[in-house]
Amino acid sequence: MATLEIHDLHVSVEAENGPREILKGVDLTIKQGETHAVMGPNGSGKSTLAYSLAGHPKYTVTGGTVTLDGEDVLEMSVDERARAGVFLAMQYPVEVPGVSVSNFLRTSATAVRGEAPKLRTWVKEVKSAMEQLQMDPAFAERNVNEGFSGGEKKRHEILQLELLKPKIAILDETDSGLDVDALRIVSEGVNRVRETGEVGTLLITHYTRILRYIKPDFVHVFANGRIAESGGAELADQLENEGYDKYVKGGASA
Amino acid sequence: MAEAQNIPAGSTTAGSIAVAAESTVATRMSAPPSFDVADFPVPHGREEEWRFTPLARLRGLHDGTAVASGEGVKVEVEAPEGVTVETVGRDDERLGKAGTPVDRVAAQAYSSFEKAAVVTVAKEAVLTEPIRISVHGQGGVAFGHQVIELGAFAEAVVVIDHTGDAVLAANVDYVLGDGAKLTVVSVQDWDEKAVHVAQHNALVGRDASFKSVVVTFGGDVVRIHPRVQYAAPGGEAELFGLYFTDAGQHQEHRLLVDHNTPHCKSNVAYKGALQGQDAHAVWIGDVLIQAAAEGTDTYELNRNLVLTDGARVDSVPNLEIETGEIAGAGHASATGRFDDEQLFYLMARGIPESEARRLVVRGFFAELVQQIGLPDVQERLLAKIEAELEASV
Ligand SMILES: Nc1ncnc2c1ncn2[C@@H]1O[C@H](COP(=O)(O)OP(=O)(O)OP(=O)(O)O)[C@@H](O)[C@H]1O
Ligand SMILES: [Mg+2]
Repeated sequence: MATLEIHDLHVSVEAENGPREILKGVDLTIKQGETHAVMGPNGSGKSTLAYSLAGHPKYTVTGGTVTLDGEDVLEMSVDERARAGVFLAMQYPVEVPGVSVSNFLRTSATAVRGEAPKLRTWVKEVKSAMEQLQMDPAFAERNVNEGFSGGEKKRHEILQLELLKPKIAILDETDSGLDVDALRIVSEGVNRVRETGEVGTLLITHYTRILRYIKPDFVHVFANGRIAESGGAELADQLENEGYDKYVKGGASA
Repeated sequence: MAEAQNIPAGSTTAGSIAVAAESTVATRMSAPPSFDVADFPVPHGREEEWRFTPLARLRGLHDGTAVASGEGVKVEVEAPEGVTVETVGRDDERLGKAGTPVDRVAAQAYSSFEKAAVVTVAKEAVLTEPIRISVHGQGGVAFGHQVIELGAFAEAVVVIDHTGDAVLAANVDYVLGDGAKLTVVSVQDWDEKAVHVAQHNALVGRDASFKSVVVTFGGDVVRIHPRVQYAAPGGEAELFGLYFTDAGQHQEHRLLVDHNTPHCKSNVAYKGALQGQDAHAVWIGDVLIQAAAEGTDTYELNRNLVLTDGARVDSVPNLEIETGEIAGAGHASATGRFDDEQLFYLMARGIPESEARRLVVRGFFAELVQQIGLPDVQERLLAKIEAELEASV
């Protein structure tokens, strides 16, 4: 069973006046089949955690470990992590001019699966995945994320999630910028992948709204660069009612 | 319609659309056009037409110190039936009909060549095979002149290949009879030390179509100057270009489309990728719509993709309009970077770095390559682009 273990993770970014520590000792273990919601106020370091796990060069790991089934993830290059089964649905997906969605999807599926998918089944697979996410087939011929609306970008991220079938899916604010219909469609996509029982999900969100569609097994409150409290789904209800105030203040005085 | 976006450090994009009574394209030059090199002062580098060019690397083409050596370039013409190939002397009256040298190096070439090649396609001859001209550098200095003339309603494809090592200054004339269709692909695939400065003059006949594809990969300094004029209304010119500028290379493409006649069309699209320290690409696109040229339809575009730090692009589209009665006119120039965020995104989907770069560069050129319309040339270009990428990363 695939397990992602994050232990005492410290991460810095290069700020104007020298390195600035953003993650201050994160401990989290995600097993295949589990869904962990990480919730926290703006600027608490949620995206930093997500990008650090995916290996973005902007973030420097200054301490701690991350392993996937015992393998050192921090040693791996960005593409190796993806091929090892770590997937990051980005809060702000990047536009890649000149590269069509269909070419991109096929190239990445080939890389992650280790062989080119058979053309016949591949075309069907993409088509039905796009249908389920209510994406117009015309998107296949457009350039990656270029001119996509916020919601379209998010559907495109989940389309990749469905096609690449990772062991660990990190979803960074996949719910932000979505209207109610889009939120439902995207959530259903995530749930289709979860229902296979083969993916461990790290669902990063600011709001409890998406948790009505995607039921977490664990909820973690993220504040000031670390996990401030962990609990079950009921913790989300508490956050819904009380907000993050108590954690933010705690963080500030710590 | 002008745009300039994502300009990385070390690049300029200074475009303009001027609506004026008189063109500045000619007055910006340091001397009027002439076949005689003595009519041009030796450039010092600050002249408008030379300000981007590293004169010191021209190996004397600009100041008269470059002297033709016996083994300059070897020119071979392979032509299908219906084509006449002649080697003629300086006094042949078919030379220089399509245009006059506009700068000192072009005039030097015209003043110094000894024999010219004249390739004639008889009127109404429709060639099914391309005419292939190989210009192979043998390490020396050469001055060249070539004329490709199509009779009325003739159709031909010409592929000119530049390989080897040479210091070459040349003029190439394309004369299209009424209704003729000519596609010329000029490939600059020189060895790394070569210097090549050329002026291409096209004179497009009534209802004729001219397509120029300029492809520059090799050389130390390559400066190509395609120019188009229309002999009568109804002409069409498509000028496509593609370059891949590596570390230390200077590749300059200057264009002039002179809409001097009503109801003609032009479409210019040049795309270049750059990588490596001191890779320098220059693109100057002058389009002039003269007062008489009512009903003109023109568009020009230049896009650059900067793949690494240390490369520099200068891109200057310049559209001058002297009549309000036009069908359409526009230009666009943009220099973008293949940036770390794009690389991260592709790699985060399992795609290795070298493949990610290839994907982006291929995508960048694909649309333009498809417009060339010659499958074997297209394949060769894509293969060449891949090889350039392999060599670097
Ligand atoms: N280059 C940088 N220099 C300085 N501070 C930075 C830099 N990059 C990120 N930060 C800071 O790191 C902190 C964490 O940012 P991060 O994007 O991880 O937050 P987040 O929890 O995802 O917030 P949001 O809910 O708004 O998405 C923020 O305070 C941010 O300003
Ligand atoms: Mg964030």
